[in-house]
Amino acid sequence: MTKKLKKRIKRILAGAAVMIGAVVIEKLTGDMYPYVVFSLFLAAYVIAGGDVVKNAVVNIGHGQVFDENFLMTLATVGAFFVGDYSEAVAVMLFYQVGECFQSYAVNKSRKSITALMEIRPDYANVIRDGNEETVDPEEVAVGELIRVKAGERIPLDGIIRNGNSSLDTMALTGESIPREVLCGDEVISGCVNLQGVLEIEVTKEFSDSTVSKILNLVESAGSRKAEAENFITKFARYYTPIVAVCALLLAILPPTVLGAAQGHMAAGNIWSDWIYRALTFLVISCPCALVISIPLSFFGGLGGASKNGILIKGSNYLEALATAEVVVMDKTGTLTKGTFGVKNVTVAEKADCSADRLLELAAYAESYSNHPISQSLLEAYGKEVDASRIGKAEEIAGHGVHVFVDGKEIYAGNSRLMEQQGIFYEAVRETGTVVYIACDGIYLGYILIADELKEDAADAVRGLKEAGIKKLVMLTGDRKETAQEVAGKLGITEVHAELLPGDKVDRMEELMQSKSEKGKLLFVGDGINDAPVLARADIGIAMGGLGSDAAIEAADIVIMTDEPSKIARAMQISVKTLAIVRQNIIFALSVKILVLLLAAAGLASMWAAVFADVGVAVIAILNAMRALKA
Amino acid sequence: MKKTYILEDLDCAHCAAKIETAVGKLDGVEKCTLTFLTQKLVIEAEEEKIPAITKEIKKIVKKTEPDVTVIEK
Repeated sequence: MTKKLKKRIKRILAGAAVMIGAVVIEKLTGDMYPYVVFSLFLAAYVIAGGDVVKNAVVNIGHGQVFDENFLMTLATVGAFFVGDYSEAVAVMLFYQVGECFQSYAVNKSRKSITALMEIRPDYANVIRDGNEETVDPEEVAVGELIRVKAGERIPLDGIIRNGNSSLDTMALTGESIPREVLCGDEVISGCVNLQGVLEIEVTKEFSDSTVSKILNLVESAGSRKAEAENFITKFARYYTPIVAVCALLLAILPPTVLGAAQGHMAAGNIWSDWIYRALTFLVISCPCALVISIPLSFFGGLGGASKNGILIKGSNYLEALATAEVVVMDKTGTLTKGTFGVKNVTVAEKADCSADRLLELAAYAESYSNHPISQSLLEAYGKEVDASRIGKAEEIAGHGVHVFVDGKEIYAGNSRLMEQQGIFYEAVRETGTVVYIACDGIYLGYILIADELKEDAADAVRGLKEAGIKKLVMLTGDRKETAQEVAGKLGITEVHAELLPGDKVDRMEELMQSKSEKGKLLFVGDGINDAPVLARADIGIAMGGLGSDAAIEAADIVIMTDEPSKIARAMQISVKTLAIVRQNIIFALSVKILVLLLAAAGLASMWAAVFADVGVAVIAILNAMRALKA
Repeated sequence: MKKTYILEDLDCAHCAAKIETAVGKLDGVEKCTLTFLTQKLVIEAEEEKIPAITKEIKKIVKKTEPDVTVIEK
């Protein structure tokens, strides 16, 4: 609780005490001491609302009419004049209580949103001349060595030079499982080191580091406003003056007309009745509930999304996501891992060999090569390679390898290698890269290596369909067979394969034409070579944003993890946020309009009006905070 | 050049909108965004005009929300 808030509460309590005193005296003595009672009420009013009156006067001096302070002052001073002392004080007190609530709620939501952004590292332990110094991360230069202890946040992007550990990337990706890192791995700032000590060589200055990029992105997200926000700003500009003019008319017209109908000036009590109604009007004329809660809802939605590792560059994109109609996805790196993995190991019929043995032979044979294919073979084998078992080894360019393992002569490579060596083999028709293996001139079988689907690719497609996407399209530069196979597995019906980067833009144009006017087109890519397409789409989403500067720059939404299922998640967050925005607009407006009508009819007291003002604001703020819990 | 100010104790969203509009109209300010939730006012302006703009911003803030303190960053 801030100091300002505490002071305010003290004043409210004091004001309330004096007012109770005044009420008690009035009840006990009746009309015997009207001046004492009046002075007590006046004192209570000054204690409770003195600052409001002062602000109102000061602001009028600055040419700021129609602000909240002015409206409340006018309403309560008016109540004094028509003789409702206790009501004037009570309304002022109630208003102050509401303001406190509002300020408390805003502060609280500010805190919970900014807590999400607390990835900014406060210091870096840099090693200079063999000594560890604690400095501001901004003072560390590229190439310097920093030390990160267990529990500390990595302050700058870099490469691990010493130590192994696991990192908590929760704040960046929303991923709760720690990530294992080894010496030589690249690490990004913002992650928390969970164990041991890491020594990291800095590769980027603080201002270029991932943490700074993300913070900048999230903080400037507020500047791209959603349509709903612009609507509210515009609405607020007209609402207050209109209500205030209505109040003025309400105070003057009916008594004048009534008086004229009776042929003489209306009686004083008729005037005070209508003035009271007009004052009630004034209390409701502040649009605060909307002005605060709508941006807050969007901000909550953006915060909730970033908690899930989805960075959205503005509320306008969050708003647009809800009306997505067509989703165009890149294949490699988006739906598939973009890395090669062993898909299956097939032993030839009649061959005297097990699948494990075949994989072992292949791994040993390829262990000297650093081709991506051999890397994936070694990874699939998963055991250490005992170099002493390998004899003479040679690489046959464009064909494969020729190696002696345990004294046996192994050929491992493509079909041309088998043909060159005159080995009888069965040609395989599958998408991907096939490694044939022969031992001592006899064909043993083959290993299929292909790009793998991401674990959640199927979920991603299902999620998008459930979210109401009308059309799912896959674009790829890859071969038709491979593209068809991936699309078939995932249930994507429209595929455009063998596209050059320029073709992708053309296809995108066609798709933009085909969608309905209001529907939005999403493009999802991994940010590599996608920049023109990302820019052309209504909403460009880059996957695996960690570390890829180009993606963060070009896209409107960055998904920090490699999971395509986050797209559907982002859409859910968008739909939920917009629902909250709609609820708040409808709730606040209908309560205000209802109370305005009741007040005009003389059925609503000033109490109801204060509720329609601050009460509604507090409820709308609380509702807005639900957007954060995504 | 970009410059950031923190508006401490900015409690009123309506006033925030007013401050944003007024600062945006200042001479030399090319772009201006005030995020109510982070209490941050970011402007883009020519470097030599910034001291004068800062003075004007303080005046505007004082006028619209007397309780707010402007902190330069």
